[in-house]
Amino acid sequence: MGRTLAEKVWDDHVVRRAEGEPDLLFIDLHLLHEVTSPQAFDGLRQAGRPVRRLDLTIATEDHNTPTLDIDKPIADPVSRAQLETLRKNCADFGVRLHPLGDVEQGVVHVVGPQLGLTQPGTTVVCGDSHTSTHGAFGALAFGIGTSQVEHVLATQTLPLARPKTMAITVDGELPEDVTAKDLILAIITRIGTGGGQGYILEYRGSAIEKLSMEARMTICNMSIEAGARAGMIAPDETTFAYLEGRDRAPRGEEWDAAVAYWKTLRSDDDAVFDAEVVIDATELAPFVTWGTNPGQGAPLSAHVPDPASYEDASERNAAEKALEYMGLTAGQPLREINVDTVFVGSCTNGRIEDLRNAAAILDGRKVANGVRMLVVPGSVRVALQAVSEGLDKVFTEAGAEWRHAGCSMCLGMNPDQLAPGERSASTSNRNFEGRQGKGGRTHLVSPQVAAATAVLGHLASPADLSDTRTPAGVR
Amino acid sequence: MEAFTTHTGRAVPLRRSNVDTDQIIPAHWLKKVTRDGFEDGLFEAWRKDADFVLNRPERQGATVLVAGSDFGTGSSREHAVWALQNFGFKTVISSRFADIFRGNSLKNGLLTVVLEQKVVDALWELSEADPNAEITVDLHTRQVRAEGITADFELDENARWRLLNGLDDISLTLQNEADIAAYEAARPAHKPRTIDA
Repeated sequence: MGRTLAEKVWDDHVVRRAEGEPDLLFIDLHLLHEVTSPQAFDGLRQAGRPVRRLDLTIATEDHNTPTLDIDKPIADPVSRAQLETLRKNCADFGVRLHPLGDVEQGVVHVVGPQLGLTQPGTTVVCGDSHTSTHGAFGALAFGIGTSQVEHVLATQTLPLARPKTMAITVDGELPEDVTAKDLILAIITRIGTGGGQGYILEYRGSAIEKLSMEARMTICNMSIEAGARAGMIAPDETTFAYLEGRDRAPRGEEWDAAVAYWKTLRSDDDAVFDAEVVIDATELAPFVTWGTNPGQGAPLSAHVPDPASYEDASERNAAEKALEYMGLTAGQPLREINVDTVFVGSCTNGRIEDLRNAAAILDGRKVANGVRMLVVPGSVRVALQAVSEGLDKVFTEAGAEWRHAGCSMCLGMNPDQLAPGERSASTSNRNFEGRQGKGGRTHLVSPQVAAATAVLGHLASPADLSDTRTPAGVR
Repeated sequence: MEAFTTHTGRAVPLRRSNVDTDQIIPAHWLKKVTRDGFEDGLFEAWRKDADFVLNRPERQGATVLVAGSDFGTGSSREHAVWALQNFGFKTVISSRFADIFRGNSLKNGLLTVVLEQKVVDALWELSEADPNAEITVDLHTRQVRAEGITADFELDENARWRLLNGLDDISLTLQNEADIAAYEAARPAHKPRTIDA
C-alpha cells in the first residue's frame, strides 16, 4: 500500500522503532526563541549536558521585542531580562543567535524559511505552536513544549507516537479577493478547533497547488488552530523556485540530489488517509471571526450568529460567552462591526506578499479617523524589502504606523497591546480572550480585509471600497 | 519528573469548553525564566470575578480539575502545565485535550485523563452537589472513581510506565546513543545546517 507525504517524512526520520514504544525521531532543524527556552537551558546546565547539534540549531528574538525605539534599552525590565537570558544561553552553549538589531532577526517562523533552512522532507521543531508554518515546504514541523525543547537540545531526537493523517482537498479556483487566510479560517470553522487533534493535515488539490509559498505558509501556520500539531503541503516547482539560491539552501550537486529527493515527497496515489475533508474553493468568500476561538468564524457578508441556533449545549454555551466577551449582539451584520485598531503582521501574515496586498489597498487611501493601524513586518529582511518597494511610505501616507519586526500585537508580550474593550481587526492567528491585551477583542482577518477595514472603520472587504481612493496625482 | 500513581482529592468543576492556554496562563507571565511561581497567573482574567469557581471558599485545596472539551488549545507554552501544578492541581479530566498541552502535561507528571463527556457531566453534577466529594484517579488500574461513578480511561502503556516511575525522558533516550549516532552518520549531505561545519 502507498504512503502519505507525512508517513514518508516520518519514516525517513525514525532513529529507533520498538514494539510498544513511541518512535524515536531525528530532528533536522531546531528553532529557538526567548520565551520557551530558558528553563530548557537550565535543565541542560543542571545535568551537565551540551547542545548535541549546534549546526542544526538557531535562535532569534521575537515575542518580547519592542517595535519602537529598538536602539534604546528595552523599557520592560522583565522582557529585557528574558532577552538577556537567551543571549547568555546562546553564548554559553554556542548557539547561533539573531538578536534584536541584527539583519536576520524576526519572527522565528519567518526567519527559518527566508534563510532557506526550512526544506522539504525535513523535521522542524520549535517551542512555539505555529511551527506548523514550515509544513508549507513539505516539512514535518510542529510545536513542542519546553521539556521537549530540552530533549531536542540534548539528543536531537524526540520520542513520538505516530499521528493519524487527514487530507484536506481544496479544488477549484479561489474567487477574487479570497485569500489563503480566508481559506484556512473557513477550514477551521468547518472542522472545528478540535477537528485536527491527533492528525497531521495534508492540504492538497488544485487550489492549494496554485498558491505561492507565502500563501501556503499562511495555511499551514493555522493548522494548530484546527487542533493539528502539523499541516503539510507537497513540495513542487513553486517550492523549489522559492528555495533556490537562499543562504542555507543546498548548491551544485547537493541541490540536484536534494531536488531528486524532494520530488519523491508526495502522497502516493493509493495512499490511504485516516480522514478526508473536501472543500470547494469557488464557494469561499472573505472570512472573519466573531468569537473567542478561531473556529467561531463566518463569511464577512453574514451576521453574528444566534447562540440559540446551536444544537450542541457546549457550543451554545461557548457562543453565549463569546458574544458577551466580544460585546456583540446576535443578528448584527458583521460588516457593521466598528474597530479601533488594525494589526497587520505576525507569523501568519507578516511576510512581504502580505504587506504588498495590504499596501495595494491602502495606496491613495486614508486610514479612517479614530482608527489606529499598526504594520509590523515579520522580519528585518521583510522590512528592508518593503522599504525598497516603497511600501512603508504607502502605509505612513495612509496614516498607518510602520514598525520594527517582531510578534508584536499578535500576543501582546511587548508594549503593542489593545486596551480593555478595544476591538481589533488582526491578521494574526488567535482571537482568544485577552490575547492582544487584557479585555481586548479580536477579529481575525486577511491582510486585504484588514486594509479595507482600516479605511472604512468597520469590518470590510476590498470590494466595499469602490470610491474611497484619492485620484492619482491629487494625494 | 514527579511520579504519578494514584491521587484522591476534591474537584473544581470548570464548565467551559475550549479553555485555551492564554486563559490558563496569560502571555505576560511567560516572561519568567523559571518553572515555578506561576500559581497567581492561573486563570488570571477569570479569577478577577469573585464568583469564578476557583475563587469559591468550598473549592480551596481542590486538586482535581474537571473541565469541558478541548482543554489546553492554543500555544505550546508548558507554563500552562506549570501554572496548574504550582496552584496545586494533580490531574485534569476532560473529554478532549489539545495535543501539545497533553504531551506537556505527561512530561511533567500532571495526569490528563480523557473521559466521555457524559462521565464529565456526572463528575460536574457530583462535585457541584457536594463540594466535599472526592475523586480518585488511579493510574495503576487506569480508572476514575467517585461516589456512584466508576470509569476506565486509556493511556498508552509506555506513557503510563514513565509516569508511574517518574522517569526522565532524556536519560531514556540517551540509552540509544548508538542508534542516534548511526542515524546521524547516514544523513544525506544536502540536509540544512545553521552554521558551516
